[in-house]
Amino acid sequence: MNEKVSERWPAIRFTVNGEIREVKTPPMKRLLDVLREELHLTGTKEGCGEGECGSCSVRMNGELVNSCLVPVLQAEGAEVQTVEGLATNGVLHPIQEAFLKCGGAQCGICTPGMLMATAQLLERNPHPEMAEIREGLAGNLCRCTGFMRIFESVVQAATEKPAAESEEVQHAR
Amino acid sequence: MSTHATTRIVGSSVPRKEGIDKLLGRACYVDDMEREGMWYGATVRSTIPRGMIRSISYDRRIDWSEFTIVTAADVPGENHIHLIIADQPCLADGKVNHCEEPIVLLAHADRHKLREAVKAVKIEYDPLPVVLSIEESEKQETIVWGADNLIKSFLLEKGDVDAAWANAAHIVEGEYRTGAQEHLYIENNGIIAEYDAERGVTVWGSLQCPYYVFKSLRSVFDLPEAKVRVIQTETGGAFGGKEDYPSTLACHAALLAKKSGRVVKMVYDRMEDLAATTKRHPSRVRHRTAVDGEGKLLAMDIDLATDGGAYATLSSTVLSRATLHSTGPYLCPNVRVHSRAWATNMVPYGAFRGFGAPQAIFAMERHMDEVAAAIGIDPVELRRRNFLHDGDMTATEQVMREPVILDRLLERALDESGYHAKRQKFASENAASAVKRGMGLAAFYHGSGFTGSGEVVLNSLAGVDVTPDGLVRVLVSNTEFGQGTNTILTQVAAEALAIDYTRVTMAPADTGQVPNSGPTVASRTSMVVGRLIERASLQLVGMLRADAGLGESYDTEEFFAACERYRAAKGAVLSTCRYEPPPGIVWDDKRYHGEAYPAFAWAIYVAQVAVDTVTYSAEVEGFWAVQEVGRVLHPVMAAGQIEGGVAQGIGYAVYEKVVWQDGRMVNNQMTNYIMPTAADVPPIYVYFEQIPFRYGAYGAKGIGELPHDGPAPAIVNAIRDATGVGFRHIPLLPEDLFAGLTVHELVESIGEPAQR
Repeated sequence: MNEKVSERWPAIRFTVNGEIREVKTPPMKRLLDVLREELHLTGTKEGCGEGECGSCSVRMNGELVNSCLVPVLQAEGAEVQTVEGLATNGVLHPIQEAFLKCGGAQCGICTPGMLMATAQLLERNPHPEMAEIREGLAGNLCRCTGFMRIFESVVQAATEKPAAESEEVQHAR
Repeated sequence: MSTHATTRIVGSSVPRKEGIDKLLGRACYVDDMEREGMWYGATVRSTIPRGMIRSISYDRRIDWSEFTIVTAADVPGENHIHLIIADQPCLADGKVNHCEEPIVLLAHADRHKLREAVKAVKIEYDPLPVVLSIEESEKQETIVWGADNLIKSFLLEKGDVDAAWANAAHIVEGEYRTGAQEHLYIENNGIIAEYDAERGVTVWGSLQCPYYVFKSLRSVFDLPEAKVRVIQTETGGAFGGKEDYPSTLACHAALLAKKSGRVVKMVYDRMEDLAATTKRHPSRVRHRTAVDGEGKLLAMDIDLATDGGAYATLSSTVLSRATLHSTGPYLCPNVRVHSRAWATNMVPYGAFRGFGAPQAIFAMERHMDEVAAAIGIDPVELRRRNFLHDGDMTATEQVMREPVILDRLLERALDESGYHAKRQKFASENAASAVKRGMGLAAFYHGSGFTGSGEVVLNSLAGVDVTPDGLVRVLVSNTEFGQGTNTILTQVAAEALAIDYTRVTMAPADTGQVPNSGPTVASRTSMVVGRLIERASLQLVGMLRADAGLGESYDTEEFFAACERYRAAKGAVLSTCRYEPPPGIVWDDKRYHGEAYPAFAWAIYVAQVAVDTVTYSAEVEGFWAVQEVGRVLHPVMAAGQIEGGVAQGIGYAVYEKVVWQDGRMVNNQMTNYIMPTAADVPPIYVYFEQIPFRYGAYGAKGIGELPHDGPAPAIVNAIRDATGVGFRHIPLLPEDLFAGLTVHELVESIGEPAQR
């Protein structure tokens, strides 16, 4: 999109990882493409483009969403968190630590979405049962791990990170 | 020899080398790369399975002057993808042989305009008769490939099968079928290409085998080695699906780059990736087996056929591995395996984890349960009586020189899964329950590394060097796509060099910087390439001791200080090694006889399954995977490999069905091609017995493919145990279970249909 054309579009403002961002772009453009192409946050991945694989999962106003199904106009005024917003000054978030330690990431392409789904799950339910972990991650496909090490990573993250601290970290952004 | 009693780094679960980049979301996959002024590419594909191209026309409503258009006429060199046989065009030239065959390539600065443009290219055909199944191909009435449709055949013979039937107490026959399976890596295929008159072709992409792509680019562009460069980007899963296909896509992107004068990115969307790229070969395997009164195998006569699709791709080597895994881990004096890969007008099939072995092992291990039932022996006992042991000979008369511990693996699998107690319990509960439970198992091996003389032919070269800023680099063309190449090879180097793991790194997987250490396939990376890195590292220590005063014992800093003394005195600090086969490994390609693999990984897998006779779903409730893969180099990653492979195998058995219509995949979406999710996978319990292999890196054998071999037969055997119905085909989705179980009930109630 060149400058002249983009001037035609109304500005859409939203918060990404704690920073206010403004884009001038077609309002039906997918949030996924806006994040990747305009804000250069390429941590969020596209796997299927139809909301099945969860690779493009981000958090928007406290909900886990498939950013490939969200027109950017829906993000107007929203608070969006992507994988780039998990670590603080390069220090891994406890969820990221747990995935690293437990082998929760193999090829890494589902990992950003899986991390966001885990963050969402643990914020809602700091000490989930296995059935709740399975349900919480059921919208995020991983073809490498068979999910066992991902479950272990979530359990590990829940053990390492008391609920209060988790919320503090989230709100600090 | 690598039978090290103690190691510091090997055997421990060090952090994944590129793990932090992946967790921070900053690992750079091909679609994450942007280049100034980059254009996008798209493909116009065949809509019919076979025919002559009568005309190609371009709808006048599109301003084609904005686009770059490439056809077969633009190929500067040979118009074929360099693999085993030169039969597959880079772009169709006058004729198409399968649906989705690439015909025209388009490039434009705006990728949104490409979608419309692809639809505006009209191709007219004169259709030709088509062949869409093994059965149609083997009739040889319509010839669609070569002189006879036969891509490859093997005949493996041991003893005298024909003489064995007369002495048999029982003869059991069965036919088994497996369907196509999609890799479903979460990152689709993608390539970025650049062309420059001086530097030639450079491509970046999601791929397994940089030197395969390199070879195809050289022949398609008719360029010398110095003018082709292939760089792997972070790769989001592959499983064999990025072994051969990236060669085609790289040539396409590079052709567009050359003609447009732009950097061109081609990244498939999911629908295109599913419809157009390779899948696992469908198979049909017929077994005829003679056993004596004690249940000992007397003869196996096996007829194995695969559907290769429209072009040869890797079908011959897939068929070879299928053939060599078709007789199972059993001792049998008389064996005949006749195997054939048939050409059809299906989208070409290709490499997928296991590479023919899962198909062959499904048939063998399902058949063992049918043999057991026919002769009235427990399926566990039948297997036990026929296992290979140390010193025994396989079907190719390879003597088992390394320990074979199938009995130990079996005992452990039975114990850990509670197999016998559960079978009894389920048998008593099933009658009164709509949910029928059962236990099933599979015994199998997987040959590590290339088949037969393959590794000698590959002649891999690998090494290590040391940078002036104090890092060791592992120099290999083997790639990381999740399975752990980066971590395992740097672990091996750090161990052998006796330095810190953090000071060892991977050189970029860039043909401009690393030697050809062979493809990243065939469960060869840890065992074969790891061994080269171990040797090159030990050789480097020797060089530093001889020429740079490195002491008997040293720390990491002293090591790097010695490297700098070496550099000052002799130049680059570099050590490389070439593959040497273990002694006594001799394979006769003509007779298809001898040492098929330098080593085998062994396994017993057990599945617990619940079949709901109301919904006709089969749920795997628990899975136990017991294996011997030599030394385990990284326990967390090794378990991760097994769990991931088991989950794919569960998908192969009861979830994943490719639906075809006239040679085209019609469920080419994640919405309707279903893989197991976090909610579906059972607990997967993984156990390793470790017997270090003398000629693998620190005792390692192959691991990556093994776990895909066993789940399907174990699960379908468990369904047989649960329901009494021995299904002979996969995948088994609810509609398939419904059909099989209701037919069975009908037969039970009204008797067998009259003999025809």
